[in-house]
Amino acid sequence: MRAKVVAFAAIAALGLAGCGERPQEMVQKTGKYQGKPDTVPWDSPQFGGKQAEWERAIQTRTQNQNEYTRIQ
Amino acid sequence: MARMKFLCDAERCIECNGCVTACKNENNVPWGVNRRRVVTINDGQPGEKSISVACMHCSDAPCMAVCPVDCFYRTSEGVVLHDKDLCIGCGYCFYACPFGAPQFPQAGAFGLRGKMDKCTFCAGGPEKDLSAEESRKYGSNRLAEGKLPACAEMCSTKALLAGDGDVVADIYRQRVLKRGKGSEVWGWGTAYGAPGREKPAPAQPQPKS
Repeated sequence: MRAKVVAFAAIAALGLAGCGERPQEMVQKTGKYQGKPDTVPWDSPQFGGKQAEWERAIQTRTQNQNEYTRIQ
Repeated sequence: MARMKFLCDAERCIECNGCVTACKNENNVPWGVNRRRVVTINDGQPGEKSISVACMHCSDAPCMAVCPVDCFYRTSEGVVLHDKDLCIGCGYCFYACPFGAPQFPQAGAFGLRGKMDKCTFCAGGPEKDLSAEESRKYGSNRLAEGKLPACAEMCSTKALLAGDGDVVADIYRQRVLKRGKGSEVWGWGTAYGAPGREKPAPAQPQPKS
């Protein structure tokens, strides 16, 4: 009898847990990015947050496109 | 550092489509989606010109302005990206873009459109850098590896330049002075604003994680 009461109480508690009314509307802030945040490129494992090192790598690569400096 | 920009030198482009192939290969772009393509004007006639076209990552991007779900953002390096989990594939960005950059894969029967896909400047998207999820949704993240977009690095004649806008402009200036012609940079005024135009929109703040 006691087990039945406990089981009934547990089922009732679980059943009622689904009755909560939560607001489900999406909050749209017009003109503001709504998606997931992104990380900065120098946070990658290769650069480990060192922005200056990343910038140097990018600058070198960009300069490599200039054949006037590569071929004399 | 200045912001990232693309520049296509019409005097040098030989319409080899190396950039298109490099992009497709690097980002595993599905069939029917062209993040980058080569456009030729006056094809077959003397003086024909070719240019490589993709998302130019505009300073005041029209796609960002028209998106009804605001899924676009601009990184601190000036790269315009979007969250595919939020995109509803409405196609507004395609109509707004002056370069025809947004692409829509066919997601099923009856012409159903999938989520928008476009050039990411090889900077991935709003997923963990260099993760399988980022690769699957957005393609390669070369920027996080300290590299430039594959299309520009693969360009055999260096017609397509990418990288820090100031450096790219310097390279082009030097080139024009050497050859003495072809100073017109296609699409730059549209994408990055001609001199005298108002200031571009500020970048969205990015939380560091």
